[in-house]
Amino acid sequence: MKILVCIKQVPDSAQIRVHPVTNTIMRQGVPTIINPYDLFALEEALRLRDKFGGEVTVLTMGPPMAADSLRKALAIGADRAVLLTDRSFAGSDTLATTYALAQAIRKIQEVFGAPDVVFAGKQTIDGDTAQVGPGVAKRLDLLQLTYVSKIDSCDPQKGEIIVERRAEGGVQVLRTRLPCLITMLEGTNEIRRGAIDDSLRAARAEIVTWSAKDAGIADLSKCGLKGSPTIVKKVFAPTPRSERATLIEPAKTAAESADGLVGAIFAKKASLESDMAKLASGS
Amino acid sequence: MIDEKFDAIVIGAGMAGNAAAYTMASRGLKVLQLERGEYPGSKNVQGGILYADMLEKIIPNFREEAPLERHLVEQRFWMMTDRSHTALQYRSDDFNEEKPNRYTIVRSQFDRWFSRETQAQGAIVISETTVTELVRDAYGKVIGVQTDRRGGTIFADVVVIAEGVNGLLGTRAGLRETPKAEHVALAVKEMHFLPRETIEARFNLHGDEGVVIEAAGTISRGMTGMGFVYTNKESISVGMGCLVSDFAGATETPYGLLERFKSHPSIKPLLEGSEVKEYAAHLIPEGGFKAIPELFGDGWVVAGDAAQLNNAIHREGSNLAMTSGRLAAEAIFQIKSRREPMTKQNLALYKKTLDESFVVKDLKKYKDMPALLHTQAKNYFLAYPTLLSNAMESYLRVDGTPKLEKEKATLRSFVKERSWTGLFGDAVRLARAWR
Amino acid sequence: MSDATAAPAQSRANQKKELPEHFRDYKHVWVFIEQERGEVHPVSFELLGAGRKLADKLGVELAGVVLGAPGEGTRAAVKEAFHHGADLAYLVEDHVLADYRNEPYSKALTQLVDAHKPEILLLGATTLGRDLAGSVATTLLTGLTADCTELAVDTDGSLAATRPTFGGSLLCTIYTLNYRPQMATVRPRQMPMPERDATREGRIVPFKADLDEELIVTKILKYIPDRESSKTNLAFADVIVAGGLGLQSAENFQLVRNLATTLGAEFGGSRPLVQKGWIGSDRQIGQTGKTIRPKLYIAAGISGAIQHRVGVEGADMIVAINTDKNAPIFDFAHLGIVTDAIRLLPALTDAFRGRLSPHARDRLAS
Ligand SMILES: Cc1cc2nc3c(=O)[nH]c(=O)nc-3n(C[C@H](O)[C@H](O)[C@H](O)COP(=O)(O)OP(=O)(O)OC[C@H]3O[C@@H](n4cnc5c(N)ncnc54)[C@H](O)[C@@H]3O)c2cc1C
Ligand SMILES: Cc1cc2nc3c(=O)[nH]c(=O)nc-3n(C[C@H](O)[C@H](O)[C@H](O)COP(=O)(O)OP(=O)(O)OC[C@H]3O[C@@H](n4cnc5c(N)ncnc54)[C@H](O)[C@@H]3O)c2cc1C
Ligand SMILES: Nc1ncnc2c1ncn2[C@@H]1O[C@H](COP(=O)(O)O)[C@@H](O)[C@H]1O
Repeated sequence: MKILVCIKQVPDSAQIRVHPVTNTIMRQGVPTIINPYDLFALEEALRLRDKFGGEVTVLTMGPPMAADSLRKALAIGADRAVLLTDRSFAGSDTLATTYALAQAIRKIQEVFGAPDVVFAGKQTIDGDTAQVGPGVAKRLDLLQLTYVSKIDSCDPQKGEIIVERRAEGGVQVLRTRLPCLITMLEGTNEIRRGAIDDSLRAARAEIVTWSAKDAGIADLSKCGLKGSPTIVKKVFAPTPRSERATLIEPAKTAAESADGLVGAIFAKKASLESDMAKLASGS
Repeated sequence: MIDEKFDAIVIGAGMAGNAAAYTMASRGLKVLQLERGEYPGSKNVQGGILYADMLEKIIPNFREEAPLERHLVEQRFWMMTDRSHTALQYRSDDFNEEKPNRYTIVRSQFDRWFSRETQAQGAIVISETTVTELVRDAYGKVIGVQTDRRGGTIFADVVVIAEGVNGLLGTRAGLRETPKAEHVALAVKEMHFLPRETIEARFNLHGDEGVVIEAAGTISRGMTGMGFVYTNKESISVGMGCLVSDFAGATETPYGLLERFKSHPSIKPLLEGSEVKEYAAHLIPEGGFKAIPELFGDGWVVAGDAAQLNNAIHREGSNLAMTSGRLAAEAIFQIKSRREPMTKQNLALYKKTLDESFVVKDLKKYKDMPALLHTQAKNYFLAYPTLLSNAMESYLRVDGTPKLEKEKATLRSFVKERSWTGLFGDAVRLARAWR
Repeated sequence: MSDATAAPAQSRANQKKELPEHFRDYKHVWVFIEQERGEVHPVSFELLGAGRKLADKLGVELAGVVLGAPGEGTRAAVKEAFHHGADLAYLVEDHVLADYRNEPYSKALTQLVDAHKPEILLLGATTLGRDLAGSVATTLLTGLTADCTELAVDTDGSLAATRPTFGGSLLCTIYTLNYRPQMATVRPRQMPMPERDATREGRIVPFKADLDEELIVTKILKYIPDRESSKTNLAFADVIVAGGLGLQSAENFQLVRNLATTLGAEFGGSRPLVQKGWIGSDRQIGQTGKTIRPKLYIAAGISGAIQHRVGVEGADMIVAINTDKNAPIFDFAHLGIVTDAIRLLPALTDAFRGRLSPHARDRLAS
């Protein structure tokens, strides 16, 4: 099986700071990581490969530094890495991103063979849109399975796959044909630790690096800022909630504190008491 | 198992490890470097001041690319009581030179850069991998390492141990003893972020100029330790460290001390309005010359903090680490060039060059200092700062008391606290240890 | 928005509206009415409330878009759309649309947009809404602002969609100036629920989409509703008790479970607990875990890191128990108590049990 995984390098949001005056992101020194959601996709891809043979290619669009994330994916166990990097991609919104990624996947198809499954993460922690997956699927005319919690079965020979997909009030069990695009739900598997030889291989691996031209992207007007219909007009810090929490003074005993807290909760919102009484009585 | 064999394996991607790996790789050796952190620098802590000279000897043009924060133009030493500080301050425009001598750095960034450079020289660096054991042959010669990853053992002609102060691996392998509690300090440190304009205004800085404050006194509650404030571009590093042995008997916690240091009236305004993002705790080897363990053996050498090469009196560590790493690498390269084996006898070359360098010479100079400060902590960190502060206050306060009376009272306070012989002894001891 | 937010290009931020001729007849505000198994997702009503305001401001009509199988449920959804503020409803009835699948839904919605040309198209940021919106926007080659928390109409009539970025540390306002429709998805429980008016009616515009079950590749083999599975359902729970590292041990976490059991609530925790194996990953709350919107959220020994915060901010009431009065959780909790959770939790369980038991309530009533 040929499997492709789209991963994105993102700033570790735990360490992001906002300049208090200019309201810009202070990226200096903020370490980058593989978008955590993408690791669930990568692990699922590796499992399919381990089961059916074949190879896993990871693809990212980003600055040259994004090669670090690709190398990391190789060290985890991916077989090949493609970095799509070009100044003309700067400022891409999701539509422009999906255009570039889809073109690159077409090129990958040409050079390394057509993927049976394309994986993406559910969403990124910086863009946080969950659109790039569906967008890429649409552009490549791939069947789309988002929020997949489990791959029940896959038959590369028959070109068929059955997955469980999270819907709002339950789980859909869907059967579709390969090739398809899957976005994996978080918490569905645990990313493996590569072996030491994976790391050695990753450290030495040649990362396939393509510019827009290399990837066969002719129409640069569809890329980057130019190709992005959305425009960020304003970036600002959220107004901090004016009041901090009302603090209940702890009493002498835990029991008294607890009574005080429960009283304060219901004093703040009276309707909660009857709602919770119903819930507590199991009705 | 990995079939291929490396010329050298370096354990750790801190200052010593990077210096060693860079030096060997740039001379064409086949180097594998293993780092336990998520990436080089992710776990490393330093105040931190980078001493340019020692890095220049490894990467001459480092200033062009390295993530340097500010070059230092001013040093403040503060003797503190709970409400005051008495300062010795030095600032000179001479430090605004073309190639400044000292910079503040943020280790997580700096180490990442250093590692990138090392990789550019051809070294292979693998992160998130902990070396769990040294592998020896039947004769006890170290021939490789075992890691915590699948696929186990990797072989090399020589292993450079640069695992930092904890040195679990080295102690486990029986190469040295666990550092004694009175030979290591525990430091806690926070990064306080502020807009660079604010930092520059608060510290009277222009452009990339920087300041260091080092503070000692009652803030350490009678323990051997000190506090520090370092200016970075958009953050201030604030920390506090004390000997581990002192914490053992004390009710004070490192974090408690730091909290108090931060709320000291002289420190608090410097940090006002900042956003705290990083909190780190790390050990510093402070045993000095007498604590240096065996530095080399059959198939191995040890460098940096792992070898206790740290000058606590001058707060120098990274430069000793870099220098020892480089010297180890140069020794290995020489032996390799002569096509000789990495025996203990041959690797003695490392110790020889290290002994001739400032590293061992400086540590030798202060060989009695650690013990002195440890045994006399109450005097140096509680009594004297308080006496000094009282003296300063009395000197400056104009309240109608005749000056002569004031001076007498001050002198009496010193004698009462420490007695004449005590004062004399403290001075002699200090001078002797400093010599 | 992936990179645009990272580097808002100054020049583009000042870009003027120059709507191409062929987009000028795109009019009206549409809200996609999401229904699953005959039940309308409440976010659709919230969107009708927000859409109403936009439509009034623009002086245009508000339409609900209802896709589904012919029958009662679909018709009821149309009625509810009117009751919640829609002037008209586009109704696409087809057996192929019985249950949500991306292929037929995105086809039908795209065809409908091409035929009736809305100026603004809003969907809920649910698993369905996000799945659909991404496909439709890409097919239509227009902009889509995901996960908005605020919608407004600018002076020149453009949709100003505000959304969090970088894990909630910043907000940005995004425009789709020169493309139509302007699409946005909005998180559930972000907008207030509008008043339902059962007397309100509207007109139905039926639309025949070109769909053929034969040509739809993806088949639904089964649907397992959550209430029939033992799966945790944090996302929809009304009361959630959660613990963090402050509980100090897996044993102490039992105190959180006990309280949850007493309350008939769900329990969850911060990410480190999942990493330590104290709780399963399906119980992680926060950015890389579940986003929750309960009526009451009790957080015991959780510091309130930004990644946790973004997952719980939608709760009506957040109650924090933490020993550190400076813990960031007190910045966004509504009620707090600075005390040891390990000691407080058992007492709290007793206190709630006393207060909520039928016995106590009878006494209260009399
Ligand atoms: C608070 C503080 C302030 C300081 N300020 C200064 C200052 O201003 N100037 C100065 O020069 N020095 C300062 N120092 C000292 C300086 O940081 C150290 O001397 C220096 O970092 C030592 O370098 P090293 O390479 O020996 O160890 P480290 O930098 O600690 O590197 C050791 C590396 O080995 C890795 N490692 C450990 N075990 C293993 C294993 N088993 N397998 C794989 N990898 C492993 C670690 O993750 C780490 O990356 C300060 C130290 C502290 C704590
Ligand atoms: C990419 C990324 C994604 C992440 N996603 C998530 C996510 O989805 N969800 C999530 O939760 N985290 C997430 N995190 C982790 C997050 O940054 C924090 O590390 C985490 O939320 C902290 O968990 P905590 O509050 O339990 O622990 P801590 O931060 O250690 O806080 C423990 C708290 O307990 C208090 N405490 C201690 N003892 C007691 C006591 N006896 N009684 C009461 N209080 C006590 C302490 O004062 C402290 O405030 C993510 C991080 C990253 C980098
Ligand atoms: N620049 C990119 N390069 C590769 N994959 C990406 C990129 N941006 C987004 N993706 C993929 O699309 C998913 C959803 O991203 P988003 O729509 O930004 O939330 C991510 O989890 C990735 O798998």
